[in-house]
Amino acid sequence: MFAPAPFLLKDVSVSQVMIQVCVALIPGIAAYASLVGPAILVQLVIATLAALLAEAIMLKLRGKPLALFLTDGSAIVTAWLIALTFPPLAPWWLVVTGTVFAVVVAKHLYGGLGQNPFNPAMVAFAVCIVAFPALMSQWPSVGLQLGLIDQMNIILGWAPRVDTLTGATPLDAMKTALKLGEGSFDVSTLLANQDIYGNFAGRGWEWVAAGYLLGGLWLWHRKLITWHVPLAFVASLSLISGALWLYNPSQFASPLFHLLSGGAMLGAFFIATDPVSGCTTPRGKLIFGAGCGLLAYIIRVFGGYPDGVAFAVLLMNLSAPVIDLLTQPPVFGMKDKA
Amino acid sequence: MLMNLFKFKGGVKPPSNKLQSNHLPIAQAPMPSRLVVPLHQSIGGTPRPIVAAGDHVLKGQMIGEADGWISAAVHAPTSGTVVEVAMHVRPHPSGLDSLCVVIEPDGKDEWIARTPIDHKAAAPADVFHHLQQCGIVGLGGAGFPAHGKLTPSTGVPMDELIINGAECEPFITCDDLLMRERADEVVRGIAVFRDLLQPKKVLIGIEDNKPEAIAAMRAAVDAQKEPFSVVAVPTLYPAGGAKQLIRVLTGKEVPGSMRSTADMGVQVFNVGTAYSAWRAVAHGEPLISRILTITGNVHAPRNYEVLIGTPMDELLALAQPHPDTDGILMGGPMMGFLVPNPQVPVVKTTNCLIAHDDRLFPPKAPEMPCIRCGACARACPHELQPFEMYWFSRAKNFGKTQEYNIFDCIECGCCSYVCPSRIPLVQYFRFAKSEIWAREREKNASDQAKTRFEFKQYREEREKADKAEKLAKAAAAQAAKKAAEAAAAAAESGAAPAADTAASPAVTADAPAATVNPEKEAKRATIEAAMARAKAQREAVQPKNTENLSADQQKAAADIEARRIAAHLIEPEPATPASEKPE
Ligand code: SF4
Ligand code: SF4
Repeated sequence: MFAPAPFLLKDVSVSQVMIQVCVALIPGIAAYASLVGPAILVQLVIATLAALLAEAIMLKLRGKPLALFLTDGSAIVTAWLIALTFPPLAPWWLVVTGTVFAVVVAKHLYGGLGQNPFNPAMVAFAVCIVAFPALMSQWPSVGLQLGLIDQMNIILGWAPRVDTLTGATPLDAMKTALKLGEGSFDVSTLLANQDIYGNFAGRGWEWVAAGYLLGGLWLWHRKLITWHVPLAFVASLSLISGALWLYNPSQFASPLFHLLSGGAMLGAFFIATDPVSGCTTPRGKLIFGAGCGLLAYIIRVFGGYPDGVAFAVLLMNLSAPVIDLLTQPPVFGMKDKA
Repeated sequence: MLMNLFKFKGGVKPPSNKLQSNHLPIAQAPMPSRLVVPLHQSIGGTPRPIVAAGDHVLKGQMIGEADGWISAAVHAPTSGTVVEVAMHVRPHPSGLDSLCVVIEPDGKDEWIARTPIDHKAAAPADVFHHLQQCGIVGLGGAGFPAHGKLTPSTGVPMDELIINGAECEPFITCDDLLMRERADEVVRGIAVFRDLLQPKKVLIGIEDNKPEAIAAMRAAVDAQKEPFSVVAVPTLYPAGGAKQLIRVLTGKEVPGSMRSTADMGVQVFNVGTAYSAWRAVAHGEPLISRILTITGNVHAPRNYEVLIGTPMDELLALAQPHPDTDGILMGGPMMGFLVPNPQVPVVKTTNCLIAHDDRLFPPKAPEMPCIRCGACARACPHELQPFEMYWFSRAKNFGKTQEYNIFDCIECGCCSYVCPSRIPLVQYFRFAKSEIWAREREKNASDQAKTRFEFKQYREEREKADKAEKLAKAAAAQAAKKAAEAAAAAAESGAAPAADTAASPAVTADAPAATVNPEKEAKRATIEAAMARAKAQREAVQPKNTENLSADQQKAAADIEARRIAAHLIEPEPATPASEKPE
């Protein structure tokens, strides 16, 4: 008779894992929605629908069991990360394009669940920011209070996209100001004088970052992620930004600014921790996380894009297999040797 | 007592399910209608049957004789008549048959004369022999003959003797009950082991979810004034794995490659083994029964003392299985297996029977792709990377699985237990291991065949050479004879003596040369030809560069070749018959 041990199995499944990731995102989403309005919720719905549809079509084409894989929740996680990293007022077709690209190309063309070498959401972000740089940098201007209907009209393209609606993100503004001023700008006056900056990173953005942090800690508590990647990410980002900030505080923003703005927290806890495209060995995870933090900083400050998290994660995805190979932990009983 | 415990990495905490069966005392199972005693019940050589159909046997009479040093005798569990010595399916996942002695009990349960041994007075070799003759094997799992593990290993001093009472598998409570009820004899058995091994320390490890057993063992140790430590170890599966228990109690990590833990100065025995060793030493009782747990989907879970050879379905009936029971699991739910047939007999290593049904053990959800979440690696007590081994097993890249130390895997099932994708990882590892073994065997077999073939060739060629040599010698002798005759004739005729005397030295000088040269020539030529032929044949059976290809690789190579031919990249080699081949 064919029946392999063990006969007892822990009550876990891929969909439970994915659902918990979505639950962990909720505090961050709540803070985000209270900051930019219900637009983000609309984007979440659009991205989810697009992802599920694309997933269903791909599964059908690949002859995979639809119900089993559609309910695994992985497409929803990808969709949510896309919605949360794209500008909240981005036109619907941009979000749909990104999501479809993520699901079809970055996931299924590489073999589907578990096979993608790159984080699909970050592939979508990178592709869209390269292809539609203008649309991808239109963030709602601070203090803009539009109702659900108005926001929907903008997203769906029924209302004109007026320039006054959008403004720079803190990272963006910082970068532009420092570039234009060629050193004559002072970070602290910038922070003090401009409306878009809150105490640390931008009005309200600290709360979004704190929401992600909270969710991330819960994931860690639930043992769905380990501490390695987030800690290494946060540590390396703090170290490099801290060192340069100490060296010249008028030119370089503080570590807190870097940690709490842009995609740092989301990246550290939800994106770089993606097991499929990341490292798996404990030491590998440390290297992976540290690499993400470092590259994100370099791209933010010296590179061509305001936020570097997406590219940092993709670059580290690229090196993950090698890192894993070189950081194989010794097995039980082999620690003294080798 | 206070003791510094060590941790092992990984491990899981499945629901223990022990409460069902551990509150009633051990019961004696009734005599079954017949007993099927497999001869092969332990690691090592299969004992040879020494009874035949029709023989009358007494309880405890030897029916199978140990075959070699690593082997232990097998005995009749009760008195009765041998019905047959035949192949029957044995309790093993393979479902294969093995030679069994079938006994019909006569109901008298009449013992053979028993001879205890004074293990303190007797020479160790005699004690080992006694244990082997009494069929004492490890009752914890693998069934390694006890005397083999008691023989001190050369060079390494024995630091710790560890007694395994951890019993970490869910559902099983037989060791728990044994320690609660018969702690005194268990401790005496441990003392026997101690006397033989002379370890510096004796540690008895029991999971802390068995407080009664711990208390009973402590009381017994104190009563006998033995310096043994009874240590409560944290409940964590697989704390009862020999290597995990060693780690927890001593901090030593036994590498997977190490053949015996004795090489690290540690030896581990199950509590049940100690008990049966004591029965053998003090009472001359061979191992003919054991305690086992009957539990699972039954009304009355309980521990029973059971005769080896009892059919499992008769035992299960004692515990009143629910009607939806659809199989019998032997061993625990983490490492056990469904027996191939409910009538298979209990053997020395049967510690638990679990009535299986879908409510207790729901059918497995469909397997999903691995999401590399690493849960399996975190759960693995041997700190392996199960998902990597899984990946390479699936890809049939068995060399890589070995690089990831697949042979360190103890098949504890922790990785499968935690996998959210429901991948039956252990099954993949078993498959990979058996494939590697099979290939090793095949390779050994083919190496042997090659050696045999080469030797045959060599022999044939040598025979040919010998023949040629003989022929050459015969020819030379013939020539010499002819020359001698000619010379004789010439001498006789006396005509032209001058010419003949001039010619005869030439002949006599030539003849030896002729006898040597053709002989040597012929020999050399035949040897050379033989070598060339052997070489050609060797190359024919062993094409260069392709000797170590797997079937897949060969197929791939053949496919590539076919495509190249189809694409007219190369001409197919004409299939020239051997005779037409240009020389
Ligand atoms: S637990 Fe399962 S899904 Fe997770 S890494 Fe291991 S094999 Fe893959
Ligand atoms: S079965 Fe093998 S690989 Fe899996 S957890 Fe146990 S030792 Fe590790």
